Amino acid sequence: MRRILLLSCLLFSWSVVCASEPSGERKQELVRLVRQDCGSCHGMRFTGGLGLPLTPQTLKERPFEGLVATVYYGRPGTAMPPWRSILSEQEAEWIVRQLLNGFPEERR
Amino acid sequence: MRLLLALLAAVLFAGCAQQPPVRGTGDLGIVIERADGRILIVDTTARAVLGRVAGLGDLSHASAVFSRGGRYAYVFGRDGALTKVDLLLQRIERRVMQAGNSIGGAISQDGRIVVAQNYEPGGIKAFDAATLELLAEVPTQSKVVGLADLAGNRFAYALFDKGEIWLTDLSDPRAPRTERYPAGVQPYDGLVTPDGRYYLAGLFGEDGVALLDTWRPQDGARKILANYGKGQEKLPVFKMPHLRGWAVAGNHVYLPAIGRHEVLVVDKADWRESARIPVKGQPVFVMARPDGRQVWVNFAFPDNGWVQVIDTEKGEVVRTLQPGKAILHMEFTPRGEHVWLSARDDHAVSIYDTRTFARLATLPAQSPSGIFFTSRAARMGF
Ligand code: HEC
Repeated sequence: MRRILLLSCLLFSWSVVCASEPSGERKQELVRLVRQDCGSCHGMRFTGGLGLPLTPQTLKERPFEGLVATVYYGRPGTAMPPWRSILSEQEAEWIVRQLLNGFPEERR
Repeated sequence: MRLLLALLAAVLFAGCAQQPPVRGTGDLGIVIERADGRILIVDTTARAVLGRVAGLGDLSHASAVFSRGGRYAYVFGRDGALTKVDLLLQRIERRVMQAGNSIGGAISQDGRIVVAQNYEPGGIKAFDAATLELLAEVPTQSKVVGLADLAGNRFAYALFDKGEIWLTDLSDPRAPRTERYPAGVQPYDGLVTPDGRYYLAGLFGEDGVALLDTWRPQDGARKILANYGKGQEKLPVFKMPHLRGWAVAGNHVYLPAIGRHEVLVVDKADWRESARIPVKGQPVFVMARPDGRQVWVNFAFPDNGWVQVIDTEKGEVVRTLQPGKAILHMEFTPRGEHVWLSARDDHAVSIYDTRTFARLATLPAQSPSGIFFTSRAARMGF
């Protein structure tokens, strides 16, 4: 499915289907969600808690696809829940990319 | 000579400026402003914010305990800081960085020892409550959850990664003695009953709760509510429930189910399940009003805009409230006529009458999370 999406992105790079960037407003929502609600397990500054640290240093060791899958499907047997009822796969990708690049601060 | 006198007067005068106002502390409390490393000092009689104290660091999972005089709050920050705040002078009294990643703490029965529970490096650390001098540490090689104070300056806590309950005796604070008891898979938090006798550790990795009778610890921990999920698939848990804050009302204990939108009710006489009450979402805090007539429940994301009230006599939800966006915490006034609720995403703390459910006041606060009142100082397990 991802491959098909990627392919369609290559073919129709102008199409909205493959726009993996959320809208500006949605981005703000996601930043808040990740800082606050992922933060309850990972720490608001992502230094870890019950969940692992999500700093660029630790995450860059991991395959990108695996991290996206962890966010989207969770990790059964651990406390990491699946977020697919809340986030689209593209949004999960966007979040992981931001985490890798140093996560944006909340605007206030 | 005159100079000396003037100097003396100046010193005395400066001393006076430092005098706290003459007032009691029994109706004081704090509200954590989690994103800003600040706390509000509040007055539950005036229903007002008295002041702000900044510079407490990363408070994303902060909690607090109080000196038994109610003047000092000990605030445990996520970044491993332990900060002693003077509520009357509204300033930081002392502060130590004691770990890399911390989750909370407790204060001893005699009020002399403050203990922090840490994720990184995993373990507990005991500090002199007056000076914050380190007295002892017990490394656990595991994240520590559910730290609770017991009689005799003992402390109970659970090890998330090791599945054990540990009891540490700090009656000689520089020579801790620790006993270990197998508990179950991934304990996520713990509580002690109001009398300080039973320690309960909720399990995340299996259906059930570990129970240790701290009067008879040699009998070991046993499992209650085993298989409450009946093998059904769990719903996602977007936030770990918290057990601390008694959910003991009358003869029953009210506990959050994991991965089920239910509150489980256990009979304290035989520790068997006596009922389960369907609720709006994954419960996070299940807290009894001090008189035990009501149990208030808040919920994990995405249902964290709701709060439900269980009438313990009827055994059912009698009220469903929408107090605001992202209700993170609830705290009852000492005798329970009011409850304060923090609405993180509304940047507000709301005060409700627990009898009429009327909203009495709303106070502004930046991303408020935990609310802690000094009445905790006199209660075991807080
Ligand atoms: C209820 C607690 C909890 C919440 C909330 C939570 N996580 Fe996690 N997360 C965990 C745990 C526990 C792990 C470690 C799983 C393991 O042991 O492999 C984890 C692992 C991860 C990993 C993998 C890290 C690695 O180094 O492999 C990523 C990425 C991640 N989480 C992202 C998120 C994001 C993004 C959110 C919010 C949308 C989130 N988490 C919310 C508990 C949580």
